[in-house]
Amino acid sequence: MGRYVIRRLLQMVPVFIGTTFLIFVMVYAVGDPVNAMFGERAPDPATAAQLRAEFHLDKPVWQQYVLYMGKIFTGDFGNAFNGQPVTELMATAFPLTVRLAVIAVVFEIAIGITLGVLTGLRRGRPVDSGVLMFTLVVISVPTFVTGSLAQYLLGVKWGWISPAVSPAAPLGQLLLPGLVLALVSLAYVTRLTRTSIAENTRADYVRTAVAKGLSRRRVTVRHLLRNSLIPVVTFLGTDVGSLMAGALVTERIFNIHGVGFQLWQGIVRQNSPTVVGFVTVLVVVFLLANLLVDLLYAVLDPRIRYA
Amino acid sequence: MRGATRVTLARRALAAAGAVALTATACGGGSGSGGVGGTPQDGVVRAFWTDPQHPVEPANTNEVQGGKVLDMIFRGLKKYDPRTGRAQNAVARSIRTDDQQNFTITLEKGWKFSDGTPVTAKSFVDAWNYGALVTNKQVNSYFFQYIEGYDAVHPDKGKPTAKTLSGLKVKNDHTFTVKLNQKFSLWPDTLGYSAYAPLPKSFFTDHAGWLKKPVGNGPYKVDSYTKGQSMQLSRNPHYQGDDKPRNKGVELRVYTDQNTGYTDLQAGNLDVVDELPAGQLKNARRDLGGRYINQPAGITQSISFPMYDKKWRSEKAAMVRRGLSKAINRKEVTDKIYHGTREPATDLTSPVLGRAGGHKPGLCGTTCEYDPAEARKLVKRGGGLPGGRITLTSNVDTGSHRQWMEAVCNSINRTLRKNDACTVNPVPTFSEFRSDISGQKMKGMFRTGWQMDYPLIQNFVQPVYYTDASSNDSGFSDPKVDRIIDQANAAPDQQQAVRLYQQAEKRIIEKLPAIPLWYQNGNAGYSERVSNVRLNPFSVPVFTDIKVK
Repeated sequence: MGRYVIRRLLQMVPVFIGTTFLIFVMVYAVGDPVNAMFGERAPDPATAAQLRAEFHLDKPVWQQYVLYMGKIFTGDFGNAFNGQPVTELMATAFPLTVRLAVIAVVFEIAIGITLGVLTGLRRGRPVDSGVLMFTLVVISVPTFVTGSLAQYLLGVKWGWISPAVSPAAPLGQLLLPGLVLALVSLAYVTRLTRTSIAENTRADYVRTAVAKGLSRRRVTVRHLLRNSLIPVVTFLGTDVGSLMAGALVTERIFNIHGVGFQLWQGIVRQNSPTVVGFVTVLVVVFLLANLLVDLLYAVLDPRIRYA
Repeated sequence: MRGATRVTLARRALAAAGAVALTATACGGGSGSGGVGGTPQDGVVRAFWTDPQHPVEPANTNEVQGGKVLDMIFRGLKKYDPRTGRAQNAVARSIRTDDQQNFTITLEKGWKFSDGTPVTAKSFVDAWNYGALVTNKQVNSYFFQYIEGYDAVHPDKGKPTAKTLSGLKVKNDHTFTVKLNQKFSLWPDTLGYSAYAPLPKSFFTDHAGWLKKPVGNGPYKVDSYTKGQSMQLSRNPHYQGDDKPRNKGVELRVYTDQNTGYTDLQAGNLDVVDELPAGQLKNARRDLGGRYINQPAGITQSISFPMYDKKWRSEKAAMVRRGLSKAINRKEVTDKIYHGTREPATDLTSPVLGRAGGHKPGLCGTTCEYDPAEARKLVKRGGGLPGGRITLTSNVDTGSHRQWMEAVCNSINRTLRKNDACTVNPVPTFSEFRSDISGQKMKGMFRTGWQMDYPLIQNFVQPVYYTDASSNDSGFSDPKVDRIIDQANAAPDQQQAVRLYQQAEKRIIEKLPAIPLWYQNGNAGYSERVSNVRLNPFSVPVFTDIKVK
């Protein structure tokens, strides 16, 4: 197990270097960010040259990359163009997004798996078709529609909640955004669990467990569910990554100053240090989440073992 | 044994998840009643804000969001009347000149920064020297370009040869002199712009600290500033101006999206939104009742031609340009796409100047009027479009540029009765568009917008149409225009200067290097909690006037 983890961690190094380099090149290839800093007018050449020198934009891309990576390992992600260190932005954005993502994952697990088990055990019944219909609707309606609609109805029309989340973002205010963010994945989790459960109900080990005289509850939870969770866990693992980066739409609708928003603003303003910095951290999150998923397989299914 | 540990792990995980859910619902019950930041503070205006693009310092802020703060915490030598846009003395007692080139500036006594230190002649001179010095990388440096010695502190290439502007001299605590490098009679009226604000000593001694909590001499002072979240401002007890705040303070809140701000305004959690989402303009008037503001801003949009291209330089090409201008149905586009938040342009300035300031509706004459038959005739007499077709280029990442460009092209195509006479050439990002323009790579028509720096007719003409001027994107050059502008700048009084500038405008429209499209309006909405809200000529809400119920 330990050796496996070390091997995986070592494999991450080239992946990390490769992805960050690609992102770096892509962000810096889009054009000269200094141009965009002068608003709707021609930049004054002397000031522009000074700014380019400050952000090393006057050097070739590979050299910029080496300089950048060198700094990252000392914990310096550079300054955003408004003078704020990128690490400071991260310190406020990541905790928020993590909180939002955790809420979303909890919703996915709690509602998605429950519905999945329910429908998987009652295939073809009204409950099953009803939930299937529901998931279909959820998957086909884009997040910004559900988000804006929920915000308008609950926040403006009925006044139950405040439509925008405050900077401190207490859990209570994050519930609705979390649910909106979770909805699409929740539908997938339901469908995955349902299929998986439906397949496994006919498996030999389930029949054996029933024959042993175990209670229905124990058969479902301990034997059936645990074995059916592997595809779901795979999905959730990759989903954690996309929840972090892909909360962009939800974060903008509900005024959450998280990772998605910072990335969006960085891209719109061509703020390369912000974009590259955040994406670099996200790459690490993705890699670690994947490793965690692989390790979870062994926990769920004793037949899988890592040496 | 292993199995047992796994069970406990799973149970623990489940229990933890349950606990999260429980606390979550518990919180949910309590937060329903309060607003975003709890109940609003008494007498404090809650206003929409987005993160300023640059650090908030006078010579480094060129967009509305940072400008909003500067407008509240600084007063320069002059200030612009929010209604008429006219420059009035603020910190200045007098600005005198005999030759339109050497100015003596005397300050009013008693002005103080919010930290209690006095505003002196040195506060201004130091601030201007800082803003002009190229190594300080201030995006508004060009404001100081008319002061003598600018070339030395801000050379186009290489290191500066001086640290300070030779044209600035402190005479005593309350007097300093300015020598310009050319005659410029309207120059004192430019001094209301925030780039010319005075700076306290702490700006130079503790720059990082100052940026964290800016100190100025304006009607408000900064109480706290959390970057990316909010800024709290309250009345500045040392403020000497006559426009003292009529509220207890302002809270600027950073929003991730204009739509969210608008929703919060509707829900009553926000008082002033000065950036209404484009998609809501259609409904805003109805949604907000009388609490919707639509008034002229100092922004104009036009379509420029690459005058550096041989094809566009001939006399005949001018006829084609005139024909294209007459082929555009401006009224239809502004109504359908902008819902009345733009107005068809009929001169090169903006309505914010007022008649006295030089705005003259109809100066453009028939050139800016939609007349399909005449348009066809002109294009034909001019030898048709070069190459039989033309493109209209702009970045499409912001605003609704794609929509209006398509509408304008459709209008041209319909007029010329040819389906592909005009096509839109979208450029993905603004900076790419900008580098194409500065590289003089444009082949056909391209979008040019102008946002004024100060409400003066000079600012709408000289930077855009003078030979080699900083924003002369079309590469237009006409000796007669240059001569009239020089005369206007040397004119002894404003009336004469305005008249000469209007003459220059007429000449430019004859040559037509750019087709005027429309004047842009500023839009805002406000809640029932506040009253007396309006925008100044720069589209920034006049916070000092706002009353809170």
